Amino acid sequence: MSAKDPSRGLLVSPIKNGTVIDHITAGEALNVLRILGITGSTRECLSIATNVESKRMRKKDIVKIENRELRTEEVDRIALLAPQAKINIIRNYKVVEKKGVEIPEVIRGVVRCPNPGCITNTDEPVESTFEVLDKGLHCLYCDWLIKDDIANHII
Amino acid sequence: MSFATAMARLGGQSISVDSVEASSIVKGETLADTIRVVSGYADAIVLRHPKEGAARLASEFATVPVINAGDGAGQHPSQTLLDLYTIRQSMPVDGIDVGLLGDLRYGRTAHSLALALSLYGVTLHTIAPVGLEMPANIALELRERGMEVVEHPNVEEAIRELDVLYVTRIQRERFPDSASYYNVASSYRITTDLLDGVKERLMILHPLPRAGEIDPAVDRTPYARYFEQARNGVPIRMALLHEVMK
Repeated sequence: MSAKDPSRGLLVSPIKNGTVIDHITAGEALNVLRILGITGSTRECLSIATNVESKRMRKKDIVKIENRELRTEEVDRIALLAPQAKINIIRNYKVVEKKGVEIPEVIRGVVRCPNPGCITNTDEPVESTFEVLDKGLHCLYCDWLIKDDIANHII
Repeated sequence: MSFATAMARLGGQSISVDSVEASSIVKGETLADTIRVVSGYADAIVLRHPKEGAARLASEFATVPVINAGDGAGQHPSQTLLDLYTIRQSMPVDGIDVGLLGDLRYGRTAHSLALALSLYGVTLHTIAPVGLEMPANIALELRERGMEVVEHPNVEEAIRELDVLYVTRIQRERFPDSASYYNVASSYRITTDLLDGVKERLMILHPLPRAGEIDPAVDRTPYARYFEQARNGVPIRMALLHEVMK
């Protein structure tokens, strides 16, 4: 079923104000929410569609968050999991801003270092810090390299 | 101890916090706080810490230079400088064959030395017990830098090719019981018998302390250079301290 095919009904209804994250890599919607810190216990009104048909991506996920406009640094975190994602800021049912995601050079406090001996996994007052490389995420404290399964390491 | 000696020879003084028990750390103070406090007492901080990345964290909170004197299983850069210096006293570092033997997974001296040698066109021969091989991220980094890395199942296979054999301690705490430790440790022991047919210029190095990896009989051969290497720690650390405080 296409997300935009009204003859077959809408999967998720339009939102008045908030953010629509479109073209999320299929199956990553819940991880995208985790990376944004949106969990089941938060107050946001959420609509999530997974594995919907997409001309460009064959299958994609969509997330709609009501009454919350994502900040740039939040948006860029998404790029780790869904580099093709498109962010639409909605005000009064209209798209007022549309932007892609940019993979940040450095991410702080988003991913936990898998190395148990890393200083960032202690009570020290520092956030985990990774530089984003083609081969993966490189911990700037202990040099650990996360090559895959980034979603499993999201804080 | 070598940093304290180096500081004394430079005419300066050092304040040592030798144990966690002797410091505020035992009261729950974070490293970040300790570093901020000690920054007010000293012109430079030399830090050895059991966690990887500790020195990098310290450098963020310190108002004076921080020297990493070993961070967990991470890096030991001042040891590497003295290792390179010791090699260079005998031969050019470029293009030689260096063997790393022992605990290459947790041995921070091996990590730092391997990364430094990758700048010199060195062929690296690694000889490590199963489970104690070089961490994947470091092995990947070495290969990406174009270094030729050859893995050997035992030291006998590699030793005749080597210009430098760098032996590291196999730590007892990495094994579930004493028997498995002794099994592995004894199979990685350097003896005089092993040295038959090696290159004349072979140098055996060890960051010390050793725990039986090198038979004391090897000390009397011309290949044993580890005490000379340890001595080199003082001028190298004097140079480092001078460099960061001048």
